[in-house]
Amino acid sequence: MARRTAPEINAGSMADIAFLLLIFFLVATTMEVDGGIARKLPQKTDVKTDIKLKEKNVLQIAINRNDDILVEGNQRVKIKDIKQIALDFIDNGGGIGNKDVGKCDYCKGKKDPKSSDHPNKAIISLKSDRGTSYGAFVGIHDAVGAAYTELRNRVSMEKYGKSFQALEKQQKSDKSQKLKDKIKAIKDLYPEIISEVEPTEN
Amino acid sequence: MSKFKKQKKELPPISTASLPDIVFMLLFFFMVSTTMRETELMIKPPQLPQAHAIKKFEHKNLVSTVYIGKSLNPNKKGDVIQLNDKIARVSDIQGFIFNNREKLQEEEIPFMTTLFKADIDAKVGTIADIKRNLRDIDALKISYAAVGRNE
Repeated sequence: MARRTAPEINAGSMADIAFLLLIFFLVATTMEVDGGIARKLPQKTDVKTDIKLKEKNVLQIAINRNDDILVEGNQRVKIKDIKQIALDFIDNGGGIGNKDVGKCDYCKGKKDPKSSDHPNKAIISLKSDRGTSYGAFVGIHDAVGAAYTELRNRVSMEKYGKSFQALEKQQKSDKSQKLKDKIKAIKDLYPEIISEVEPTEN
Repeated sequence: MSKFKKQKKELPPISTASLPDIVFMLLFFFMVSTTMRETELMIKPPQLPQAHAIKKFEHKNLVSTVYIGKSLNPNKKGDVIQLNDKIARVSDIQGFIFNNREKLQEEEIPFMTTLFKADIDAKVGTIADIKRNLRDIDALKISYAAVGRNE
Protein backbone atom coordinates (compact mmCIF):
# COMPACT_ATOMS: atom_id res chain seq x y z
CA MET A 1 0.00 0.00 0.00
CA ALA A 2 1.15 3.49 -0.68
CA ARG A 3 1.63 5.74 2.30
CA ARG A 4 2.14 9.19 1.10
CA THR A 5 3.56 11.38 3.82
CA ALA A 6 5.45 14.42 2.69
CA PRO A 7 9.13 13.48 2.48
CA GLU A 8 11.43 14.99 5.07
CA ILE A 9 13.45 17.89 3.82
CA ASN A 10 16.97 16.84 3.21
CA ALA A 11 19.16 18.74 5.64
CA GLY A 12 22.41 17.40 4.35
CA SER A 13 23.22 20.45 2.34
CA MET A 14 22.47 22.79 5.22
CA ALA A 15 25.97 22.34 6.57
CA ASP A 16 27.40 23.40 3.24
CA ILE A 17 25.35 26.55 3.25
CA ALA A 18 26.47 27.29 6.79
CA PHE A 19 30.09 26.87 5.84
CA LEU A 20 29.64 29.07 2.83
CA LEU A 21 28.28 31.82 5.04
CA LEU A 22 31.05 31.28 7.54
CA ILE A 23 33.69 31.67 4.89
CA PHE A 24 31.98 34.75 3.53
CA PHE A 25 32.07 36.42 6.94
CA LEU A 26 35.62 35.32 7.49
CA VAL A 27 36.68 37.09 4.36
CA ALA A 28 34.46 40.13 4.67
CA THR A 29 35.05 41.06 8.29
CA THR A 30 37.98 43.32 8.89
CA MET A 31 39.40 43.15 12.30
CA GLU A 32 39.57 46.36 14.16
CA VAL A 33 42.99 47.88 13.68
CA ASP A 34 44.57 50.72 15.50
CA GLY A 35 44.78 53.91 13.57
CA GLY A 36 46.10 57.34 14.14
CA ILE A 37 47.38 60.55 12.69
CA ALA A 38 50.90 59.88 11.50
CA ARG A 39 53.55 62.52 12.06
CA LYS A 40 57.28 62.58 11.96
CA LEU A 41 59.53 64.07 14.58
CA PRO A 42 62.40 66.23 13.43
CA GLN A 43 65.83 64.69 13.51
CA LYS A 44 67.92 65.58 16.50
CA THR A 45 70.74 67.92 15.67
CA ASP A 46 73.39 69.46 17.80
CA VAL A 47 73.99 72.29 15.44
CA LYS A 48 71.51 75.04 15.82
CA THR A 49 70.84 76.55 12.49
CA ASP A 50 68.90 79.70 12.16
CA ILE A 51 66.87 79.38 9.06
CA LYS A 52 65.47 82.63 7.91
CA LEU A 53 61.82 82.32 7.17
CA LYS A 54 59.58 85.00 5.97
CA GLU A 55 56.91 85.61 8.52
CA LYS A 56 54.25 85.45 5.85
CA ASN A 57 55.18 81.87 4.99
CA VAL A 58 54.43 80.67 8.48
CA LEU A 59 50.95 80.13 9.79
CA GLN A 60 51.11 80.20 13.54
CA ILE A 61 48.51 78.27 15.43
CA ALA A 62 48.75 78.41 19.17
CA ILE A 63 46.67 76.60 21.75
CA ASN A 64 46.72 77.62 25.35
CA ARG A 65 45.99 75.50 28.36
CA ASN A 66 42.29 76.27 28.22
CA ASP A 67 42.26 74.90 24.69
CA ASP A 68 41.63 78.33 23.16
CA ILE A 69 43.07 78.63 19.70
CA LEU A 70 44.90 81.67 18.44
CA VAL A 71 45.90 82.08 14.80
CA GLU A 72 48.75 84.40 13.78
CA GLY A 73 48.84 85.79 17.28
CA ASN A 74 45.75 87.91 16.99
CA GLN A 75 42.79 85.96 15.79
CA ARG A 76 40.83 83.79 18.17
CA VAL A 77 39.12 81.01 16.28
CA LYS A 78 37.17 77.84 16.85
CA ILE A 79 38.51 74.45 15.92
CA LYS A 80 36.08 74.09 13.02
CA ASP A 81 37.53 77.19 11.33
CA ILE A 82 41.08 75.85 11.33
CA LYS A 83 40.66 73.76 8.21
CA GLN A 84 39.53 76.70 6.08
CA ILE A 85 42.26 78.96 7.46
CA ALA A 86 44.91 76.34 6.72
CA LEU A 87 43.44 75.73 3.29
CA ASP A 88 43.51 79.41 2.34
CA PHE A 89 47.00 79.76 3.67
CA ILE A 90 48.53 76.76 1.89
CA ASP A 91 46.74 77.35 -1.36
CA ASN A 92 47.46 81.07 -1.53
CA GLY A 93 50.34 80.88 -4.01
CA GLY A 94 51.24 84.54 -3.91
CA GLY A 95 54.86 84.20 -4.94
CA ILE A 96 57.66 81.94 -6.06
CA GLY A 97 58.31 78.56 -4.51
CA ASN A 98 61.41 76.68 -3.44
CA LYS A 99 63.48 74.44 -5.71
CA ASP A 100 62.95 76.64 -8.77
CA VAL A 101 59.38 75.60 -9.30
CA GLY A 102 58.38 79.15 -9.97
CA LYS A 103 54.86 80.30 -9.44
CA CYS A 104 52.20 77.97 -8.16
CA ASP A 105 50.07 77.39 -11.23
CA TYR A 106 47.79 74.83 -9.63
CA CYS A 107 46.88 76.97 -6.66
CA LYS A 108 43.40 78.40 -6.54
CA GLY A 109 43.99 80.78 -3.66
CA LYS A 110 43.67 84.53 -3.51
CA LYS A 111 47.33 85.21 -4.43
CA ASP A 112 47.49 87.53 -1.48
CA PRO A 113 51.02 88.94 -1.26
CA LYS A 114 50.73 88.99 2.53
CA SER A 115 50.11 85.25 2.77
CA SER A 116 52.24 82.26 1.77
CA ASP A 117 54.29 82.25 -1.45
CA HIS A 118 53.96 78.64 -2.46
CA PRO A 119 52.65 75.41 -0.93
CA ASN A 120 56.20 74.07 -0.66
CA LYS A 121 57.18 77.11 1.40
CA ALA A 122 54.08 77.26 3.54
CA ILE A 123 54.80 76.10 7.06
CA ILE A 124 52.20 75.48 9.66
CA SER A 125 53.58 76.00 13.09
CA LEU A 126 51.75 74.49 16.02
CA LYS A 127 52.45 75.84 19.42
CA SER A 128 50.89 74.27 22.42
CA ASP A 129 51.04 74.64 26.13
CA ARG A 130 52.00 71.84 28.46
CA GLY A 131 48.51 72.01 29.86
CA THR A 132 46.74 71.74 26.53
CA SER A 133 44.50 68.72 26.32
CA TYR A 134 45.40 65.95 23.95
CA GLY A 135 41.91 66.08 22.43
CA ALA A 136 42.30 69.68 21.28
CA PHE A 137 45.83 69.02 20.11
CA VAL A 138 44.79 66.11 17.93
CA GLY A 139 41.80 68.10 16.71
CA ILE A 140 44.10 70.74 15.24
CA HIS A 141 46.40 68.16 13.72
CA ASP A 142 43.37 66.54 12.17
CA ALA A 143 42.02 69.82 10.80
CA VAL A 144 45.36 70.73 9.24
CA GLY A 145 45.68 67.22 7.84
CA ALA A 146 42.18 67.48 6.39
CA ALA A 147 43.14 70.71 4.61
CA TYR A 148 46.13 69.01 3.00
CA THR A 149 44.06 66.00 2.04
CA GLU A 150 41.48 68.20 0.36
CA LEU A 151 44.10 70.08 -1.65
CA ARG A 152 45.85 66.88 -2.66
CA ASN A 153 42.57 65.32 -3.69
CA ARG A 154 41.76 68.33 -5.81
CA VAL A 155 45.06 68.47 -7.65
CA SER A 156 45.05 64.70 -8.07
CA MET A 157 41.57 64.84 -9.61
CA GLU A 158 42.80 67.39 -12.12
CA LYS A 159 45.93 65.49 -13.03
CA TYR A 160 44.92 61.87 -12.90
CA GLY A 161 41.13 61.95 -12.65
CA LYS A 162 41.29 60.17 -9.32
CA SER A 163 41.39 61.47 -5.79
CA PHE A 164 44.59 61.22 -3.80
CA GLN A 165 42.93 58.99 -1.25
CA ALA A 166 41.86 56.63 -4.02
CA LEU A 167 45.43 56.49 -5.27
CA GLU A 168 46.69 55.66 -1.81
CA LYS A 169 44.08 52.96 -1.45
CA GLN A 170 45.09 51.52 -4.79
CA GLN A 171 48.65 51.28 -3.55
CA LYS A 172 47.66 48.47 -1.23
CA SER A 173 47.15 46.13 -4.16
CA ASP A 174 49.15 47.83 -6.88
CA LYS A 175 52.83 48.18 -6.05
CA SER A 176 53.89 49.54 -9.41
CA GLN A 177 56.48 52.27 -9.68
CA LYS A 178 54.14 54.36 -11.80
CA LEU A 179 51.61 54.64 -9.04
CA LYS A 180 54.34 55.38 -6.52
CA ASP A 181 55.58 58.20 -8.71
CA LYS A 182 52.09 59.62 -9.03
CA ILE A 183 51.63 59.68 -5.28
CA LYS A 184 55.00 61.25 -4.80
CA ALA A 185 54.24 63.89 -7.42
CA ILE A 186 51.07 64.89 -5.60
CA LYS A 187 52.85 64.92 -2.28
CA ASP A 188 55.49 67.22 -3.76
CA LEU A 189 52.86 69.63 -4.99
CA TYR A 190 51.40 69.95 -1.51
CA PRO A 191 54.06 68.80 0.95
CA GLU A 192 52.85 68.58 4.51
CA ILE A 193 55.08 70.90 6.46
CA ILE A 194 53.94 70.99 10.03
CA SER A 195 56.27 72.11 12.71
CA GLU A 196 55.58 71.54 16.35
CA VAL A 197 57.01 74.03 18.74
CA GLU A 198 58.15 72.74 22.11
CA PRO A 199 55.29 73.42 24.50
CA THR A 200 55.61 76.38 26.79
CA GLU A 201 56.03 75.90 30.48
CA ASN A 202 52.73 77.16 31.87
CA MET B 1 -10.56 3.54 -2.07
CA SER B 2 -8.64 4.29 1.07
CA LYS B 3 -6.01 6.02 -0.92
CA PHE B 4 -7.21 9.45 -0.07
CA LYS B 5 -8.36 8.87 3.47
CA LYS B 6 -4.98 7.85 4.76
CA GLN B 7 -3.25 11.02 3.72
CA LYS B 8 -2.14 12.83 6.85
CA LYS B 9 -2.77 16.52 7.16
CA GLU B 10 0.03 17.35 9.64
CA LEU B 11 3.08 19.20 8.46
CA PRO B 12 6.35 17.33 8.66
CA PRO B 13 8.53 18.43 11.58
CA ILE B 14 11.12 20.98 10.70
CA SER B 15 14.50 19.42 10.71
CA THR B 16 16.79 20.69 13.42
CA ALA B 17 19.81 18.91 12.10
CA SER B 18 21.30 22.14 10.79
CA LEU B 19 20.96 23.98 14.05
CA PRO B 20 24.40 22.98 15.28
CA ASP B 21 25.87 24.27 12.06
CA ILE B 22 24.23 27.62 12.46
CA VAL B 23 25.38 27.85 16.04
CA PHE B 24 28.91 26.96 15.06
CA MET B 25 28.83 29.53 12.32
CA LEU B 26 27.83 32.24 14.76
CA LEU B 27 30.48 31.08 17.15
CA PHE B 28 33.18 31.26 14.53
CA PHE B 29 31.98 34.66 13.42
CA PHE B 30 32.27 36.11 16.88
CA MET B 31 35.57 34.40 17.45
CA VAL B 32 37.00 36.06 14.39
CA SER B 33 35.56 39.53 14.76
CA THR B 34 36.50 39.97 18.39
CA THR B 35 39.90 41.48 18.86
CA MET B 36 41.62 40.49 21.99
CA ARG B 37 43.44 43.07 23.95
CA GLU B 38 47.05 42.16 24.10
CA THR B 39 47.95 44.11 27.16
CA GLU B 40 45.95 44.46 30.30
CA LEU B 41 45.27 48.10 30.97
CA MET B 42 46.51 49.34 34.31
CA ILE B 43 45.11 52.79 33.78
CA LYS B 44 41.61 54.02 33.06
CA PRO B 45 40.88 53.06 29.45
CA PRO B 46 41.81 56.17 27.51
CA GLN B 47 39.04 57.85 25.62
CA LEU B 48 40.55 58.53 22.21
CA PRO B 49 39.79 61.73 20.34
CA GLN B 50 37.91 61.68 17.06
CA ALA B 51 39.55 62.51 13.77
CA HIS B 52 38.86 62.30 10.04
CA ALA B 53 42.22 61.51 8.56
CA ILE B 54 43.26 58.26 10.13
CA LYS B 55 45.94 56.01 8.85
CA LYS B 56 45.63 52.38 9.76
CA PHE B 57 48.71 50.35 10.47
CA GLU B 58 49.47 47.53 8.16
CA HIS B 59 52.23 45.90 10.14
CA LYS B 60 51.25 45.52 13.72
CA ASN B 61 54.61 44.29 14.89
CA LEU B 62 56.17 47.61 13.93
CA VAL B 63 53.96 49.54 16.32
CA SER B 64 54.86 50.20 19.93
CA THR B 65 51.97 51.54 21.88
CA VAL B 66 52.26 54.02 24.70
CA TYR B 67 49.16 54.41 26.83
CA ILE B 68 48.59 57.71 28.55
CA GLY B 69 45.63 58.31 30.79
CA LYS B 70 44.33 58.72 34.28
CA SER B 71 45.25 56.48 37.12
CA LEU B 72 42.71 53.95 38.33
CA ASN B 73 43.03 55.54 41.72
CA PRO B 74 40.70 58.55 41.53
CA ASN B 75 42.68 60.48 44.13
CA LYS B 76 45.80 60.42 42.05
CA LYS B 77 46.01 63.38 39.73
CA GLY B 78 48.00 63.81 36.58
CA ASP B 79 48.75 61.56 33.66
CA VAL B 80 49.94 58.02 34.01
CA ILE B 81 51.99 56.28 31.35
CA GLN B 82 51.73 52.58 30.70
CA LEU B 83 54.21 50.56 28.67
CA ASN B 84 53.53 46.88 28.14
CA ASP B 85 51.96 45.71 31.39
CA LYS B 86 53.54 48.18 33.71
CA ILE B 87 53.01 51.71 34.84
CA ALA B 88 56.07 53.57 33.72
CA ARG B 89 57.79 56.89 33.90
CA VAL B 90 58.90 59.05 31.01
CA SER B 91 62.47 57.90 31.46
CA ASP B 92 61.45 54.27 30.81
CA ILE B 93 60.42 55.06 27.24
CA GLN B 94 63.84 54.64 25.72
CA GLY B 95 64.33 51.21 27.21
CA PHE B 96 60.91 50.19 26.00
CA ILE B 97 61.70 51.22 22.44
CA PHE B 98 65.10 49.51 22.51
CA ASN B 99 63.40 46.36 23.73
CA ASN B 100 60.96 46.44 20.86
CA ARG B 101 63.74 47.12 18.40
CA GLU B 102 65.51 43.97 19.44
CA LYS B 103 62.57 41.90 18.24
CA LEU B 104 62.84 43.29 14.74
CA GLN B 105 65.13 42.97 11.79
CA GLU B 106 67.64 45.73 11.41
CA GLU B 107 66.13 47.06 8.19
CA GLU B 108 62.70 47.32 9.78
CA ILE B 109 63.78 49.69 12.52
CA PRO B 110 63.30 52.94 10.57
CA PHE B 111 59.69 51.96 9.95
CA MET B 112 58.88 51.53 13.60
CA THR B 113 56.08 53.74 14.79
CA THR B 114 55.26 54.83 18.28
CA LEU B 115 51.53 55.09 18.78
CA PHE B 116 50.24 57.40 21.48
CA LYS B 117 47.01 56.10 22.90
CA ALA B 118 46.19 59.02 25.07
CA ASP B 119 43.02 60.15 26.74
CA ILE B 120 41.45 63.32 25.37
CA ASP B 121 42.08 64.98 28.70
CA ALA B 122 45.73 64.00 28.84
CA LYS B 123 48.17 66.87 28.77
CA VAL B 124 50.33 67.77 25.81
CA GLY B 125 53.23 68.27 28.21
CA THR B 126 53.39 64.57 29.00
CA ILE B 127 53.41 63.72 25.32
CA ALA B 128 56.05 66.35 24.63
CA ASP B 129 58.32 64.79 27.26
CA ILE B 130 57.93 61.41 25.60
CA LYS B 131 58.57 62.89 22.18
CA ARG B 132 61.77 64.48 23.39
CA ASN B 133 62.93 61.07 24.62
CA LEU B 134 62.00 59.49 21.31
CA ARG B 135 63.95 62.08 19.40
CA ASP B 136 67.01 61.33 21.47
CA ILE B 137 67.01 57.73 20.31
CA ASP B 138 65.98 58.46 16.75
CA ALA B 139 62.54 56.89 16.97
CA LEU B 140 61.03 59.54 14.76
CA LYS B 141 57.84 58.04 13.43
CA ILE B 142 54.94 58.73 15.71
CA SER B 143 51.21 58.51 15.47
CA TYR B 144 48.45 60.06 17.53
CA ALA B 145 45.76 57.47 18.05
CA ALA B 146 42.23 58.55 17.25
CA VAL B 147 38.99 56.92 16.30
CA GLY B 148 37.34 57.55 12.98
CA ARG B 149 34.50 59.99 12.85
CA ASN B 150 31.47 58.93 10.91
CA GLU B 151 29.83 61.69 8.98
